[in-house]
Parts: sequence; structure tokens; C-alpha cells
Amino acid sequence: MVSLCLASVIIFTIVEIAPGDPASFMLGINAQEDTIAALRAELGLDQDKLSRYFSWISGMLQGDFGTSYTYRSPISNMIADRIWVSLPLALYALVISTLIAFPAGIYAATQRGKVGDVAVMGATQFGIAIPNFWFAMILVVIFALKLRWFSAGGFVEWENGIFQSIKSLTLPAIALALPQASILSRVMRSALIETLSEDYIRTARAKGFGKRAVIWRHALRNALIPVLTIIGLQFSFLLAGAIIIEQVFFLPGLGRLVFQAITQRDLIVVESVVMLLVFAVITVNFIVDITYAIVDPRLRRRV
Amino acid sequence: MKNGSLIFGALLSVLVIIAAGVSFVWVPFDITQLSIPDKLQTPNKVHWLGTDHFGRDILSMIMIGARTSLAVALLAVGIGFSIGVPLGLAAAARKNSLIDEVIMRTNDLIFAFPSLVIAILITALFGAGAMNAIIAIGIFNIPVFARVSRGAALSLWQKEFILAARVSGKTDFLISAEHILPNIANLLIVQGTIQFSLGILAEAGLSYVGLGTQPPIPSWGRMLADAQTMVSFAPHLAIIPGTAIIVTVLGLNLMGDGLRDVLDPRVRKSRE
Repeated sequence: MVSLCLASVIIFTIVEIAPGDPASFMLGINAQEDTIAALRAELGLDQDKLSRYFSWISGMLQGDFGTSYTYRSPISNMIADRIWVSLPLALYALVISTLIAFPAGIYAATQRGKVGDVAVMGATQFGIAIPNFWFAMILVVIFALKLRWFSAGGFVEWENGIFQSIKSLTLPAIALALPQASILSRVMRSALIETLSEDYIRTARAKGFGKRAVIWRHALRNALIPVLTIIGLQFSFLLAGAIIIEQVFFLPGLGRLVFQAITQRDLIVVESVVMLLVFAVITVNFIVDITYAIVDPRLRRRV
Repeated sequence: MKNGSLIFGALLSVLVIIAAGVSFVWVPFDITQLSIPDKLQTPNKVHWLGTDHFGRDILSMIMIGARTSLAVALLAVGIGFSIGVPLGLAAAARKNSLIDEVIMRTNDLIFAFPSLVIAILITALFGAGAMNAIIAIGIFNIPVFARVSRGAALSLWQKEFILAARVSGKTDFLISAEHILPNIANLLIVQGTIQFSLGILAEAGLSYVGLGTQPPIPSWGRMLADAQTMVSFAPHLAIIPGTAIIVTVLGLNLMGDGLRDVLDPRVRKSRE
């Protein structure tokens, strides 16, 4: 809660001290002084900073994000439209990342030091080093232009068929997921290796459980804590990374909204979207904290 | 095998550094000269990596781009290091005090921000360009270095040699500078290498969306942005700068991993 308040102050300040007046930008360089002043009054830009800050915050708490300077339409509607692209994209990428990372990490941990481990870890080094927007371009060339399995960009609205929408998000989600999957498999592997060296694992093995049973019933659950932390952190990377990936695929998501707003000096849109992203990140981190308690009963009392 | 990653990583990194260094005195072709008749050549004997849509030599652009990438990332890490480390050391020296609380809470706050979004916000609002990109990337390096140095310093403060230094009457500042800092230097070097590679990726991303290094200065991210519309008929325009980024980041990451193993085997155990 405190961090949200501070975050809002910081975002507001950054945007406030940035050069460029929205009113004069909207009217162009030939605008008269008095027309600019009139527009400033209409947009509420003539009020002092403090009261603008509080009207922005109180509006946001009631779900009213204000009105876009350039489009003159409620920002909450604009965000509501876009979020149905960005959020599914981030979640889709998270699912892909987890689906790759869990088996890869578990496999590498059980093969520790052997060829399989070295191969998986080598692959993850590449995965981390590849810029996701570049990977996105390569995916477009191969799967959209050459093989024609997917479209090279754009988004099919949800009303026109869920399957088609998901299909149009597939390449972006894969591109977005690659670095995260690599990081996550490394974390999964280390966490599992660490738990496999614990005494209770040896005890379980000594009791006659097979290696596989021990991994599934004992080790995996205990290795999940660091993995969950990273998954939580990744969500923010995925939302942020989505901004650039949306540019590659021309997806009408929050990222494009922010870019358009920035070039048009539509500052209130920028403020609101960034604030929303920060809110999402902080909330997700909070949820991760709660999930710890579910996974690890020892932490239940503290949370 | 473990030293292998250090050597391989160092080799790749040195290759990039040499390319950047040589570009100051010599590049195969002058990239300010546009030569439309030579445009979009695939790699050949004259232009080893081909030419772009203006007929500029891609090898030359990659070499100068290396300079840009390294400089931006290095300065960004420099910002994070020179502000973050003193803050972390101060927080550790006054554990649980108000200073410690303020520094660490501010750290948490910066961590909560999606860094790329804020970097985009800063560069977009204050003007696109290398300088603002450096600042934007640098800000997010501060909490990383602060956290690493605080964590490492805290465990050192419990050691006997620090107690001895205290008894001899040294101030906390002197102890931090003379005893703690040299002892956590290894850790900071490893972290620095990792942040450096992240900086390269961030610079490429910002330049790709047009908010980082501005033309005519070549940058790998910009080259990729230019390549995007031509990738279907001139894929080498995208493949080559992408490979340059991957080689650099891979080299730095492998070197960081290798250094960690060589410098401090214990860290490996607790981290891995």
C-alpha cells in the first residue's frame, strides 16, 4: 500500500517535470496564447500540481482514470479494450515459459553433470542472450512468411473466435516466453538440486522409494518456493516485455497505447497505464507471498 | 568444463571489445557514405557481412555499433555501481537504523517498477537518445548493486577482523572503504558482468523502439528496427545484428558465471 502511494507520486513527478506542454502540443505550433490557455483550463492543466495529483488518484481509486487529452474519451475504456490483448499475452507467455521450464529444469537436475544437463544449460544460456524482439522477427520470418502457419502481425478480436485470437497471440507469446523459460529452468534446476541434497530426501530414498517417486512426492514441492518467486517476478517482465513485442507484431495492447500516448504527449494516459502496470506487479508479488503459505505450511503463521 | 565457460565467455567478450576498439581507428568502409547501387548485398568478398538498404557496409556498422552498445551498458553499470555500492555499504554499516530502512525500502520500491516500462517512460518524455537511455538503465542498476553489497557486507560486519578494526578506532566509513569493499569486490565484479549484459539487451530494446541511440550513430537495436520491414527479402539484415547482440550477451554471461566459480566457490553453492 505504501509502495503504491510512493509509486504514484514518483510517476506523477516524472511526467510533470518532463518537458512539453500537452495543450500547446495538441494545438500545434501556430496556436494562439489564449486558445492554449483555454484548452489548458478545459483539461484541468491550470490547476496547481497538488490538486491535480489528488484528483488523478481519487479518480483512479473509483475506477475513473480521467479523460485522454487527445482522444477525449475515458481512459478506463481505452485501457479496458487494450488489456484484453496485453494480459492474455502475458499469461499465455507465462504458461509457455512454465511448461518449458518445469520439464527442462527437472530433467537437468536429475541428469546433473551429464550430457543432458550440459545440453539443457547450454540452451538456456542462449535463451537468455537472445533479445526477444529479435527472436520475434525470426519467428515471423519462419512461421508467418515462409511456412504461413501464423499471420505476421495484428490481432483477431476475441468476438471473432477465441481460437483465432489465441492463434494470433501464439508467436508473440513464444517470443516473450523464451528468455523467461530459460531463466526459470535454471532456477528450477538449482532449487531441485538443492533439495535433492537434503537429509529427508536421503531418508526417503533409504525407505525404499524410487528416485522418481522421491522427486515427485518430496523434492519438487520443496523446490517450488524459489521457483514461485521467480514466476512472480517474471510476470512484471512479461507485462513490460509485452510493450516491445506488441510493437513487433502490431498488437493493439497496452504497449501500443503507451507509445501512441507518449508521442502525442497524452500524459494522463501514460501516467495511468504505467500506474496500472505497477499496481499489477505489486499485486502479483503480494499473491506470490500468499502462495508461499500454501506451498510451505511452515510459513503459514507468519503470513 | 567450468573454466571452459570462463575462457569461452572471455573470448567472445574480447572479440567484441576488439571490434569496438578497432572501429575507432579503422573500419572496412566509411558508413557515412551512402551508396545506393551497392544496397542490400548479401555477404560477399568485398562486403564480408553484406550491405544495408543504403548500401552501407554492415561489418563496419556492427563494429561501430559495438562501441555504442558497450559504452551505453558500461556507463549504465557505472551509475548503478557508483551510487548503489556506497548506499549498500552505508545500509550495512548502520543495520536496522533509519538510513538502512529508507535505503532498503526505496530499493524495494524501484524493484517493484517494471524497469523497461519506466525506461521507456523516461526516454520518451525527456527525449530519445543515448544519454537518457544510459540514465534510465542506470537507475535500475542502483538497487541491484545496493542489495548485493549490503547483503555481502552484513555478513562481513560479524567477522573478527572487522571487530579488530573497530577496536583500533576506525570509523564505519573507513572500515567500509578499507576492509569491506575489497572483500566484496569479487562479488561486485560478477554482478557487474551480469548487469553489463542486461544493459546491452536493454539498450538494444530501447534503440529498437526508437528511444535509444539515435541515427546516424549505428546501434544494433536500430539496425534491427530498420531490418524489420526488409526481413522477408534480406534476412541477413536482421540475422547479423541479432547475432552480434547474442554473442556479446552470451560472452558476458558465460564470463560472469565462470568468474563466479573461480573467484568464490561458496557463492556458486548458495546461488546454484
